[in-house]
Amino acid sequence: MDDNTNKMDSRRQFIKQISTGGILAATGLGINSLTSCKETSQEKTTLLTTDGKLVQVPNSEIEAMEHLHLGVPPMEARKGIPGKRFVMVVDLSKCKNARKCVQSCDKHHNLTPDRPYIKVLEMKDNENSSPYWMPKKCFHCDNPPCVKVCPVGATFKRTDGIVLVDNERCIGCRFCMAACPYSARVFNWGDPPEGKLDVPYSPETSLPSKKGTVAKCDFCPEMLRDNKLPHCVTACPNGVIYFGDEIDDTVTNGEETVRFSTLLKDKAGYRYMEDLGTKPRVYYLPPVDRLFPFEKENLEISES
Amino acid sequence: MKTVESQLNKLDNKREKDLLRHLVSTSLQYKLWVGFLLLIILIGMFAYFRQLKYGLVVTAMRDYTSWGIYISNFVFFVAISLVGSLFSSILKLNKNEWAKPLTRISEIIAVSAIICAAAIIIVDMGRPDRFFNVIRYFRIQSPIIWDVIIISTYLVVSFLLLYLSILPDLAFCRDKLTELPKWKKRLYRITAINWVHDPKQIMMLQKVTKILAVAVLPVAFAIHTVTSWLFATTWRPGWDSTNLGPYFVSGAFMAGAAIIIIAMYFIRKHLNLKAYIREDHFDKMGKLLVLLSLVYLYFNINEYLGPAFKMVGVEGEHITELFVGKYAPMYWFVQLGGLVLPIVFLLFKGMRKPLPIFIISTFVILGAWFKRFLIVIPSLQHPYLPIQGVDESYLHYNPTWEEWSITFASFAWFLLIITVLIKLFPVIPVEKHDHVSKSNPILNILKNEN
Repeated sequence: MDDNTNKMDSRRQFIKQISTGGILAATGLGINSLTSCKETSQEKTTLLTTDGKLVQVPNSEIEAMEHLHLGVPPMEARKGIPGKRFVMVVDLSKCKNARKCVQSCDKHHNLTPDRPYIKVLEMKDNENSSPYWMPKKCFHCDNPPCVKVCPVGATFKRTDGIVLVDNERCIGCRFCMAACPYSARVFNWGDPPEGKLDVPYSPETSLPSKKGTVAKCDFCPEMLRDNKLPHCVTACPNGVIYFGDEIDDTVTNGEETVRFSTLLKDKAGYRYMEDLGTKPRVYYLPPVDRLFPFEKENLEISES
Repeated sequence: MKTVESQLNKLDNKREKDLLRHLVSTSLQYKLWVGFLLLIILIGMFAYFRQLKYGLVVTAMRDYTSWGIYISNFVFFVAISLVGSLFSSILKLNKNEWAKPLTRISEIIAVSAIICAAAIIIVDMGRPDRFFNVIRYFRIQSPIIWDVIIISTYLVVSFLLLYLSILPDLAFCRDKLTELPKWKKRLYRITAINWVHDPKQIMMLQKVTKILAVAVLPVAFAIHTVTSWLFATTWRPGWDSTNLGPYFVSGAFMAGAAIIIIAMYFIRKHLNLKAYIREDHFDKMGKLLVLLSLVYLYFNINEYLGPAFKMVGVEGEHITELFVGKYAPMYWFVQLGGLVLPIVFLLFKGMRKPLPIFIISTFVILGAWFKRFLIVIPSLQHPYLPIQGVDESYLHYNPTWEEWSITFASFAWFLLIITVLIKLFPVIPVEKHDHVSKSNPILNILKNEN
């Protein structure tokens, strides 16, 4: 526990320091300019460590790394990104169950295929109507039943509309799972499949997951902080999922950016089970003028 | 054995001897029974150890059936605990003199059941190590917090009711049972505090008991109503019902009456108390059980008729599953074997004799337990959105051996607490206060206010 708080504190410090842009730029430049002359150089570079010390490292030891999206620590994660109200629009007419959103989500959240956050459901409203695919994730409701019932405030609603879970506070009572009418939540019944993941915990990444706690789709806020789209949006080959900001009134599927209100108006956008009064932040566009025929085979191909 | 006889010979009359015999002598049967219960508890503890080590994955619960027999068992124990209030409040305030010898049994059962309910809810938690988060963060919006508040209140009130009713007897044991082992004498000395049968003390005790008898009633109703709200505050089919509160409370009273009959049967047989728990007690309890079952039947009809008539969406699927589907055998066993047939049988006088009514009550209790299973589990298996794209094991719920042995261990705990309390304290009040109150004008005023 002590160890944890230390880690978090040092990370908070680091984030503060890093946000004083100058240092960030300096180290960034350092890495970029030096990776090319890795083998020969005996020169040293001064770097800032995560606990705020200045150290010198031989240039030959420095390697460029992929930018890690770590998310912010639990208490900060409760606040939300200022000035944003995130929304998602799912165009059912474009979905052909390619399941790339599911796979990408599983990959980035270290999930096994048997219990994904995103499900692509085969829907058929009645005998005569034709079936369609419905990608479903957490609806991040504005009136979230899960938040209402949580006895410890482990699941919370942020100012930017996102509903997250703090798995360091969750007691595992599973009342939120019973309360969610959309079955959006999954539970870590046993040890998480990834084993020990060596990243600092953030409710924004939902990583590392913990045994005996609840988890769900988180809208990838760590990506949003870097002005990037959630993984499922970018992974979709058919541009099914639009994501954006209600205040800006824009949503994008990575290819086209459209007015959120216009999209809903033109394509008769709706929210699933509006009558429950949960006010979801995920909208659907009806499966009209389909791009693809409904084929069940897709499911088997992607699963094999 | 010698000390037992010499001890009993010191007592004044047959009543005292009969009621205190089991306190001073320990039978082999008792030892075997306690050993058996401890064995079951040990197996359950091993299963719980496995659950702590590997997580709730050792259970059959998965993302859809996210609550299983732990929760239904919890509801069952909460239901059973209501019986304390039935006797020490409803029957007492209505001046049902016949029920007096049964009051303490009911209070012992209530305390034991509520302890088990609290324990089983901790067993169900994914992170029992974070239990104190509940107090630390305490979000009053959550029905779970309401349940925590009301269960702890009821635990305190039930414990007080039991303790206060037992207090004069503790003093009696302290004064009369002089040839006991040291620890027992000390137990009576400490627990009897400073009770000396002083009229002032008696008056105060009667006052407090009366206040508690009134106070326990709303708490008892609240405890099971709030438990029903854990379900009724969600949108699940079968739970999303305004009928759920009275439905739970009436079911609880029925189960409570049945468990009292079972307890009466065993206590009367094994403690040789035939003269104190008489056949007419069984007869009256039988009539009471019929009344309570009829009330429950009424709420059952209310609970199922509307949805079954309309058959709306998932609610309809849920009802179909219960009436003719996967859960139909259990459903009809519960409704017929545990509710309708007991009502019919108990209308006959011959069926209200000790043995037949004991058997009928066993069916009522079995029905009551499985009824809670049917309330909790099938509802979770009918979400609004279809269950697809998950592991096959997520589609069914067949409790694992770990779940069963933990559940059986909870029954064993329940019985062990009752057994030990009965062994240590007179199960039927030894001290009769009637003569005291008759000789005391102040108390007569208190008594004769009707």
